[in-house]
Amino acid sequence: MTIIVFSLIILAGSFLAGLVGSLTGLGGGVIIIPMLTLVFHVDIHYAIGASLISVIATSSGAAAAYVKEGISNIRIGMFLEIATTLGAVGGAVLAIYAPTHLIAIIFGMVLIFSAALSFKKRNEILTQTEPGKFSKIFKLNSSYPTASGNISYNVHHVAGGFLMMIVAGVISGLLGIGSGALKVIAMDNIMKLPFKVSTTTSNFMIGVTAAASAGIYLHRGYINPGLSMPVVLGVIAGAFMGSKVLVKSETKWLRILFAIIITFLAIQMIYNGISGNL
Amino acid sequence: MNTKNKITDYDIESVMGTLLITGVIISGAVVLFGGACYLYQTGSSLPHYKTFSGELSGLRSVRQILTGVMHFDSLAIIQFGLVLLIATPIARVVFSVVGFFVEKDYLYVLISLIVLVIIAFSILSVGAS
Repeated sequence: MTIIVFSLIILAGSFLAGLVGSLTGLGGGVIIIPMLTLVFHVDIHYAIGASLISVIATSSGAAAAYVKEGISNIRIGMFLEIATTLGAVGGAVLAIYAPTHLIAIIFGMVLIFSAALSFKKRNEILTQTEPGKFSKIFKLNSSYPTASGNISYNVHHVAGGFLMMIVAGVISGLLGIGSGALKVIAMDNIMKLPFKVSTTTSNFMIGVTAAASAGIYLHRGYINPGLSMPVVLGVIAGAFMGSKVLVKSETKWLRILFAIIITFLAIQMIYNGISGNL
Repeated sequence: MNTKNKITDYDIESVMGTLLITGVIISGAVVLFGGACYLYQTGSSLPHYKTFSGELSGLRSVRQILTGVMHFDSLAIIQFGLVLLIATPIARVVFSVVGFFVEKDYLYVLISLIVLVIIAFSILSVGAS
């Protein structure tokens, strides 16, 4: 297989990954890494580097659309980015020293976890309770616009959310994914944010988190231009397409399909990791 | 930004949105251009991504990448586009520092600066080894 054929196939696969990733909100990275390693036998370090770059592209592209709606909370985002960037630097350093098969096994476990989580019900209507002490100090409580006027919300358990964000950052830096699922746990379940705010704010943070580990990956030589080129272009195009159809389409069946694919890929990753094939 | 109206979070977010989308479009265009040159030059040879050996030492720091771009090396052009992409969210944090400063929210100027320092650490000190 020549470079041009290889690049075109990767481009098409990345387009699909970007499209489905943006429709389900899980991001393209969870598909791209198994695709590159299992199907094309690319070394996992190159795959992580390419995925990380594509994560930055999708996050920035989607955030551009979200921020103009005024739903994301830039203060919560910036505050929690301290945690995610710290974690991301740690995760990227870990990735340098962790053996390939171990990364594959951890990746598979995070995939299964993300797939299971995508079915969880999100906080639509909030029971308003008193905000925590830290959320006042850091001015995190806010409101967001809806068709029926502004809805205000309070933020809880800031310290717990912050710790969870460090974990999300480590996973992102170690595996080259956005780890949106963990960010959503931190904001939905721990900090009790409305899901619209947590989704958009999480997406907003993913790019900065990934940029923090991308510097390390670049210097270490994990970012291969020949491989990253079709991955990034495909994912950008796919995610852009996804954001156009997102509003209209019914995504429930898509989530189920995606979860099945992801679980299958996860088992493959874990199996190949244990048997030492990756 | 020059009007006398109070600068709000929404204004900051709106400029950020424009900044992000511009960054993605520019870097995507650079990657596409470099990619087209790369495939034109080497499209018929075989890829070798199976064994990890580190990228060519010429493409691991910004200065080396820029030198490659000057020599019209297609891989360096792609890599330059990827660096622009990495720089986009970092530019957003830099912009946040300015935005919060204009809003006179000094606590968040500090928080944005902390994030910036962590990213700078990743890019500068770790890469030195």
